[in-house]
Amino acid sequence: MAADKVDPIHQFQIHPIIPLHIGGYDVSFTNSALFMVVTVIVASAFLYMSTASRSLIPGRLQSMSEMAYEFVGNMLRDAAGKQGMQFFPLVFSLFMFVLVANLIGLFPYFFTVTSHIIVTFTLAALVIGTVVVYGFAKHGFGFLKLFVPHGVPGYLMPLVVAIEVISFVSRPVSLSVRLFANMLAGHITLKVFSGFVVSLSALGAVGIAGSILPLAMAVALTALELLVAFLQAYVFAVLTCMYLNDALHPSH
Amino acid sequence: MFVTSAFAQEAAPAAAEGETHAGTAVPAEEHGTFPPFNAETFPSQILWLVITFGLFYLFLKRVVMPRVGAIIDVRNDRITQDLDHAARLKGEADAAVAAYEQELAEAKANANKIGQQASDAAKSEAESTRKKLEAELEKKLGEAEASIASIKAKAMKEVGTIAEDTTSAIVEALVGGKTDKAEISAAVKSAAR
Repeated sequence: MAADKVDPIHQFQIHPIIPLHIGGYDVSFTNSALFMVVTVIVASAFLYMSTASRSLIPGRLQSMSEMAYEFVGNMLRDAAGKQGMQFFPLVFSLFMFVLVANLIGLFPYFFTVTSHIIVTFTLAALVIGTVVVYGFAKHGFGFLKLFVPHGVPGYLMPLVVAIEVISFVSRPVSLSVRLFANMLAGHITLKVFSGFVVSLSALGAVGIAGSILPLAMAVALTALELLVAFLQAYVFAVLTCMYLNDALHPSH
Repeated sequence: MFVTSAFAQEAAPAAAEGETHAGTAVPAEEHGTFPPFNAETFPSQILWLVITFGLFYLFLKRVVMPRVGAIIDVRNDRITQDLDHAARLKGEADAAVAAYEQELAEAKANANKIGQQASDAAKSEAESTRKKLEAELEKKLGEAEASIASIKAKAMKEVGTIAEDTTSAIVEALVGGKTDKAEISAAVKSAAR
């Protein structure tokens, strides 16, 4: 059991809280599900309570909610134009969900929902699914113009179309792996450095003195992870906006 | 004890095996693969993500976003309204300033006119007074000249009588006897000519 304490992978383990099996699938309510619920409740409660007074002159919390709202709104409007605003609820909930999940994951002993590839991939698949469904519904087969850029010489066309198709197909992968890998790597690094502190301080006075360096690293990494938590939520939302723009305006 | 992650990973299966022998199957699965790539947890995670994220999406779309949007709209309306109000007030102030300046200009023009009139009136009065005085002086001068002329004429006439009287006296003294007054008068007149 001593090994578990400094095992940097241990924090990503999923264990059922309420075992549940439906149709042969294990759909237990796990710690991951618990933190999804926590994420949703924290984000909803923050947005709901901070705007409850509907003040004309906002307080700090209301300002934060409004800033998040306008930040995502402007991001979407810049990337996809006025038409893109129909996807505002989707982009805003994605941004808030990823951001709050990332931030909650920074607390010690808390589970990081976004450190699991299946979660980020499901969110990315939701985005790409929206793009594909909306693109075909709106433009029919005109949506396929997405893969045929203007002004490319005929002999280059097969190559360019192949590249465009590959880039489109790799989008859900890159979108999900970026978020997943950032969260995973950050938390592993943090855990490894914190583990050094624990292991070194067990060695006596010299070890305690030597553990100052990894402790400082752990503090610095926590700050970095806070930045990464924001940055990855932002990147996820920005890329979502850009992909949605493709669904709205396939010919580029 | 200093434990590297490599050792931890080595140790994990051993511990898992030990536990499997003890009769608990679940930890063996947990330690078997890298947790994020353990496909056995996928259905549960997808299901719960769909449920939680779906509810989150609906809550934001139905409740939070209309509310925040309304707050921002109301504020923007209020700001536009206030700006309009300020612009209107500024317009009013500008109009008041313009009216004031116009009135000031009118008042100045009036004052100039009144001053001009007063000065003109004063000038013409002075002119008429001067003319009256000149006319009076002229008249007095004329009267004086007339009186000088009459005095001179009277004097000249009296010179004749004095000459006659003197002549008659001289004649009486030289010649003796009575003198004819008419004769003397004629003689004086001829001599005076």
